[in-house]
Amino acid sequence: MKLSVWTYEGPPHVGAMRVATGMTGLHFVLHAPQGDTYADLLFTMIERRDHRPPVTYTTFQARDLGSDTANLFRTACLDAVERFDPQAIIVGSSCTAELIQDDPGGMSETMGLAIPAIPLELPSYQRKENFGADETFLQIVRALAEPMERSEAISCNILGPTALGFRHRDDVAEITGLLREMGIAVNVAAPMGSSPADIRRLGAAHFNVLLYPETAESAARWCEKTLGQPYTKPIPIGAGATRDFIGEVQALAGTDAAPDATRLRQPWWAASVDSTYLTGKRVFLFGDATHVKAAARVARDEMGFEVVGLGCYNREFARDIRALGKEFGLTPLISDDYLEVETAIAEAAPEMILGTQMERHIGKRLGIPCAVISAPVHVQDFPARYSPQMGFEGANVLFDTWVHPLVMGLEEHLLAMFREDFEFNDAAGPSHHGGHSPRPQDEAPAVEAAAEEGSMPSEAAPTGGEVIWLDDAERELRKIPFFVRGKARRNTEAFAASRGIGRISIDTLYEAKAHYAR
Amino acid sequence: MSDLPAPPAVGCRTAPVLRERGQREVFCGLTGIIWLHRKMQDAFFLVVGSRTCAHLLQSAAGVMIFAEPRFGTAILEETDLAGMADAQDELDREVARLLERRPDIRQLFLVGSCPSEVIKIDLSKAAERLSAAHAPHVRVLNYSGSGIETTFTEGEDACLAAMVPALEATEARELVIVGALPDVVEDQALSLLAAMGIGPVRCLPARRAAEDPAVGPNTVYALTQPFLGATHEALSRRGARHIPAPMPFGEEGTTRWLRAVADEFDVPDDVFERVTAAPRDRARRAVAAQAETLRGRSLFLFPDSQLEPPLARFLTRECGMTAIEVGSPFLHRDVIGPDLDLLAEGPVISEGQDVDLQLERCRAARPDLTVCGLGLANPLEAEGMTTKWAIELVFTPVHFYEQAGDLAGLFARPMRRKQALGLEAAE
Repeated sequence: MKLSVWTYEGPPHVGAMRVATGMTGLHFVLHAPQGDTYADLLFTMIERRDHRPPVTYTTFQARDLGSDTANLFRTACLDAVERFDPQAIIVGSSCTAELIQDDPGGMSETMGLAIPAIPLELPSYQRKENFGADETFLQIVRALAEPMERSEAISCNILGPTALGFRHRDDVAEITGLLREMGIAVNVAAPMGSSPADIRRLGAAHFNVLLYPETAESAARWCEKTLGQPYTKPIPIGAGATRDFIGEVQALAGTDAAPDATRLRQPWWAASVDSTYLTGKRVFLFGDATHVKAAARVARDEMGFEVVGLGCYNREFARDIRALGKEFGLTPLISDDYLEVETAIAEAAPEMILGTQMERHIGKRLGIPCAVISAPVHVQDFPARYSPQMGFEGANVLFDTWVHPLVMGLEEHLLAMFREDFEFNDAAGPSHHGGHSPRPQDEAPAVEAAAEEGSMPSEAAPTGGEVIWLDDAERELRKIPFFVRGKARRNTEAFAASRGIGRISIDTLYEAKAHYAR
Repeated sequence: MSDLPAPPAVGCRTAPVLRERGQREVFCGLTGIIWLHRKMQDAFFLVVGSRTCAHLLQSAAGVMIFAEPRFGTAILEETDLAGMADAQDELDREVARLLERRPDIRQLFLVGSCPSEVIKIDLSKAAERLSAAHAPHVRVLNYSGSGIETTFTEGEDACLAAMVPALEATEARELVIVGALPDVVEDQALSLLAAMGIGPVRCLPARRAAEDPAVGPNTVYALTQPFLGATHEALSRRGARHIPAPMPFGEEGTTRWLRAVADEFDVPDDVFERVTAAPRDRARRAVAAQAETLRGRSLFLFPDSQLEPPLARFLTRECGMTAIEVGSPFLHRDVIGPDLDLLAEGPVISEGQDVDLQLERCRAARPDLTVCGLGLANPLEAEGMTTKWAIELVFTPVHFYEQAGDLAGLFARPMRRKQALGLEAAE
C-alpha cells in the first residue's frame, strides 16, 4: 500500500484506451464498474476530441458480483460489436474486474465473433499507463500483422503516436514531412491514425521509425524479429538528434537525400548575442525518460544550459536514465512520487525546470519558472497551433518554449542593477507574463512551504538549519534576484560550512561569491 | 410567486419511469471528495483503492489543486492482494504516518473503493481500531465511494450517512440543514433563518468536527440536496424528523423550502414576508434576465448528480423551458417528491442509464440544450448540439436566492455563446 496524492501515470487500461482512441475501426470492450467511465473525459476534454472514445464499459455493480458479471461482459461485447461494427475488438479488465477474474479474453474467444478479438493482460496492481499502451499496441500488431512483400518504393511505418500523447499529432506531421522530403513514403502511422486493416499491412514497409519508445518499443522489436524490419533508435527531438535521426534513416533507406534544413532556426537563435544570458542557466529535468533524455542533450549542447538534476517517472526506462545521469555526472531521480521530485528540485535550486505539468505546479510553489517537455498532459498541452517537439520545427518550438518562462536578458540586468525599485523588481516576475508570473517563494525553504500548504512532504526534509544568517546578510541576500537567490543561498551555506563558519555575515556572502566566481 | 404558473394539477410524482440498465457514463462516489474535503476543513479523506481511484480524483478535479489536498489514495499493490492481515497492518501504518504529518486533522474518513469492496477489506473494523488508537484527537469513520455501489453524488450521501451514528445525542429542539453547501451559500441560508427567528440552526457537515450537530427526537432537518437519501434514513433512525420541501433552487424552490421550515417553527406570515421579500425580488429579476435566453427552448437532462428533477422544475417553471427527458441515476421519491409534484407531466422521467440508447433518444429529439457529463459534452457539441456540462452544477454555488440568477446563467451561457460565435447560423 502506498499513499499517493497525484500520479504521473494512470492505470494500464488507460494506456489501452489511448491506443484504441487513436485508432479507427477498433473497439475496446472493458470489463469495468461505472466509475471507470471518467476516463472518457480525458480524451473529450483534455484533448478536445469530438468523438467518444471507442470504449464499452460493462458497468457491473455490487449486486452483480458473484452472479452475473461474466454474462454482463458477454452481452456488452455482443452489443458493442453489433452497434459499432468494428474491424477488430480488444478486450480487457480494469483494476476491479481483474480481481473478479472473469477472464474476458477467454470469453471473447469462445463467442464466435466474425472479427478478431484481441485479449489484453493489463496487470493493474503492478504496472501503469505507459505499459498498458505499449502492451496493447504489441498485442494488436501481433494479432494482425504478418510478413508480406515490401512496397516497391522505399517506405517506412511510424510507430508510437497515441491519443492523449504529448504533441504526438504535430510530431507525426513534422516527421512525415521530413521523410517525404527524403523521398520516403509513410506506409502506416500507428496506432494513432490507423485502423486494424492498416495494421495488417505494416509488413509492407522497409523499416520502422520509432518515435515514442514508451508506447511502441515492444511492437517495434516484434516487427524487427518477425517482419524483419529494423527500426530507428535516435529520437528526433532537438537539432542534433534530428540530424542523427536523418543519418540513420538515410542508412536504412539507402539514400543520401536530405530534408530541407533551411527552416531550422534554433541554432542561430541560440548563437545570436541576445541569447548570451542563457549561458549556464541551471535547469532541472524531469518527465518521461525519452523526453528527458532528449531534453538533456538540447539543454546542454543546444541552449548552453547547465543541467543540475534529472530524472524520470517511468521505471521501465530507469537504466537509460541512469546512463544519462552518469554522462552528466548526476545521480538521477527515478521516482513517481511527486513529493520526492519536489524535494529534489528544492535542493537543487535550479533557475528553471523542464518538466511535466506536475513540475509546473512544483515550480509555481517554489517560484521557479518551468517549461513543459513531457506527459502527463494537460489541456494546455494541446495547443490549437502547430507545435511539434520533433524535427526541425520541433527544435524551433523547443527554443521558444524554453525561453518563454525566463526573465529576458536585459531585463535580468536591470533587475540586478536596481534591486529595490518599487514597481520594477524581481517579485513582479518576467515583464512579458502579466499576472501569471511565478511568485517567488521568498526565503522559506521549499520543503517547509510544502508542509504549510498541506501536502505531505516525505520525512527527513532538509532544512539547512546548521548555519545562521545574520540579519544584514539575510537582507543583502534578498536583494539578489530571485532566480539566482536559491543558488546564492546554497553556495554561501556550503562555503560557510566548508570554512567552519557558523554565522553568515555580508562578508561571508561576498567571500562566497568571490570563491564561486570562476 | 404571482408570476409563476400555478402548480400543475398532475405532476411527475406518479409518472411512469423509464428504468434503464446498461452502460453508464457517470462518475463514482469518490468524486464527492473533491468538494467535501474543502468543506470540512479539519477532515482528511483516505481512499483505499487502486491507481485508477487516484487518477480519477486527479482528473475529476480538472485542475490539480496543489494547495492543501486533504485527500489521498492508499494504492493497493500486488502484495496487498495476497493477504488481508497485511492490508490492515499497512493501513495502520499509512494512517499513523499521515496523522503524524498532519496534526491539524480531526476527522479521518477511510473511503472504500471498488477494489477494496471486492477484496473485502473491512474498513469499518479498521475505522473502529484506528479511532481507538488515535482518540480523542482524531475520529476515524468509513464509508464507500465505490463505483459498484455509488454514483457521483451518492458519495456525499454515504459520507454524511456515516457521520450520523457518531453525532452526539440531544433532546434539544434544533434545526439541522443537511448537505455540503458552499460557505457563502450556507451563510446566506443561516442569516435568512436567523432573521425569521429560527434557531438554533446547525449544519451537517459542519466546517469543523467540533461544530457538528447533535441529534435526537426533537431535531428537525431539511435537506438541501436531492441525493441525500441514505443520510435522510440515518437521521430518521436517530429519531429526527424530516421537513419535506422542494430543493432550494431558484426563487420558487428557495421560497417553498424556507416556507416549509418557517411553518415548522410557526413563523408568522408577516415576518416571512418581511425577511424574504427583498431577496425574492432580486432573485426573480436575476432569473428573468437569464430566462430571456432560455424561454421556449427544449431541454434534455442526462443522469448525473440526481439534481436533475429539481433543476428541471426550476428550468421549466421559472425559466420557461420545456423538458423532453429528465434522467437521474436514482429517484429518491420521499426526498424529491415535492419537486416532482411541481414538475408538469410530459417529460420522460428516466432512472439509471443505457448511454447508447439514451444518446439515440437525445439525437432524435434534437433538444435546444442538453445537460450531460464531460465525457459526452464535446462529442455532442461536435454534432451541433448545445450542451451544459453537469459537473459544474455541483461545483458552483447555486442554492438559495442570491444564486438563482447564477444558476439560470449556467444554462443560458452555452446558448449565448453559441449565438456569440455565430455557430447556430452555420448549422
